Amino acid sequence: MQRIDKEEVLRAKEARLRQLMLDGMAGDSAAYRSFLKELSTHLRAFLRKRLSRLPDEVEDLVQESLLAIHNQRHTYDAAQPLSAWVQAIARYKLVDYLRRHATKDALTETLDEGMDVFLATDVAAADARRDVLQLLDALPDGQRLPIIQTKIEGLSVKEAAQRSGMSESAVKVAVHRGLKALAARMRGER
Amino acid sequence: MKTDDLIDFLAAGDCRVESHALARRFVPAIGLGMLAAALMMVALLGVRRDLAEAMTVPEFWVKAGFVVALAAACLAAMPRVSRPGVPLAWALCLVAAPPLVLWVAAAAMLVDLDPAQRAAVVLGQTWKSCPFLIALLSLPPFLGILWAMRGLAPTRLRLAGALGGFLSGALAACVYSLHCPELAAPFVATWYLLGISIPALAGALFGPVLLRW
Repeated sequence: MQRIDKEEVLRAKEARLRQLMLDGMAGDSAAYRSFLKELSTHLRAFLRKRLSRLPDEVEDLVQESLLAIHNQRHTYDAAQPLSAWVQAIARYKLVDYLRRHATKDALTETLDEGMDVFLATDVAAADARRDVLQLLDALPDGQRLPIIQTKIEGLSVKEAAQRSGMSESAVKVAVHRGLKALAARMRGER
Repeated sequence: MKTDDLIDFLAAGDCRVESHALARRFVPAIGLGMLAAALMMVALLGVRRDLAEAMTVPEFWVKAGFVVALAAACLAAMPRVSRPGVPLAWALCLVAAPPLVLWVAAAAMLVDLDPAQRAAVVLGQTWKSCPFLIALLSLPPFLGILWAMRGLAPTRLRLAGALGGFLSGALAACVYSLHCPELAAPFVATWYLLGISIPALAGALFGPVLLRW
């Protein structure tokens, strides 16, 4: 009985998050924000369980995973379960993180294939130790300014293009490349 | 920084995503890579002069069928290995199928031969150059495919690099087969596969570094 309940909860959650994600990919910012908000609680629970020896690192990795999900969202195929896509990214980021910090021994038996990422939530966000916006300062102007204009000052792509003299598609490319460069810096590259 | 602030930052502005992300990377990468490989083949090696005649021989089509089937199977695996969370097992079986079929055909042919002739059939006339020329021709598609994958999200980097290399090798073999004078299945089963494996090995070696995201 309990098992059926669990499956039903997961199915409903998958359907709702998937719809929010697809609406977001179609341009609905509010849906996309709700998607990321809800997703962050699942990522936090998923990563906290697996990083039990490094509790201070959890929020950094939640943020790194969110940025990865944002940057790679064009690889989500609507025919595929969203939970599988999210879980693969979270696992990839976790393994990459542990490898980077050479703490493979922290990889306990909890890094199993099972355990659906959408099953558990954790809303207790600690502060991340790293400030993503400070990393932004290190990017070249060609990437930093379009990101600040469209993501922080709230300019539209068109307005940002007019202000900088770039084409609209160049602004979009610069934002995308800049966010990928930000992800590289979060990994500690360069 | 608070995670909620990061989320507001990420969701701000135009969050639309262009569709067909995979096609928009793989089509130009493979198209231009193949074009460059074909130009290299014509310029450096030349199309075999008796190509029309060779095309009347069934063995020519066995060879062509093998390289095309292998390239198609590797191509079919690309979306699976470039996206997070997609099962890969069947796609890998499909990639393994053309070499296995060819090995069976080659073994059947060798068993029927006089033992004294076997070595000559396997080695052909060009065994020394064939693998290296295939590896050379695979360079443009290899670079293109790596570029395509770098814009996507493979999570098994070594496997992704190896499959991408295998695909570029198979594409190079398709091009090379228009030059190559050899037709015997045992030759193709040995030296073509060796040549195709060189970029695959390079991909497995460098994938974890080059494809990281």
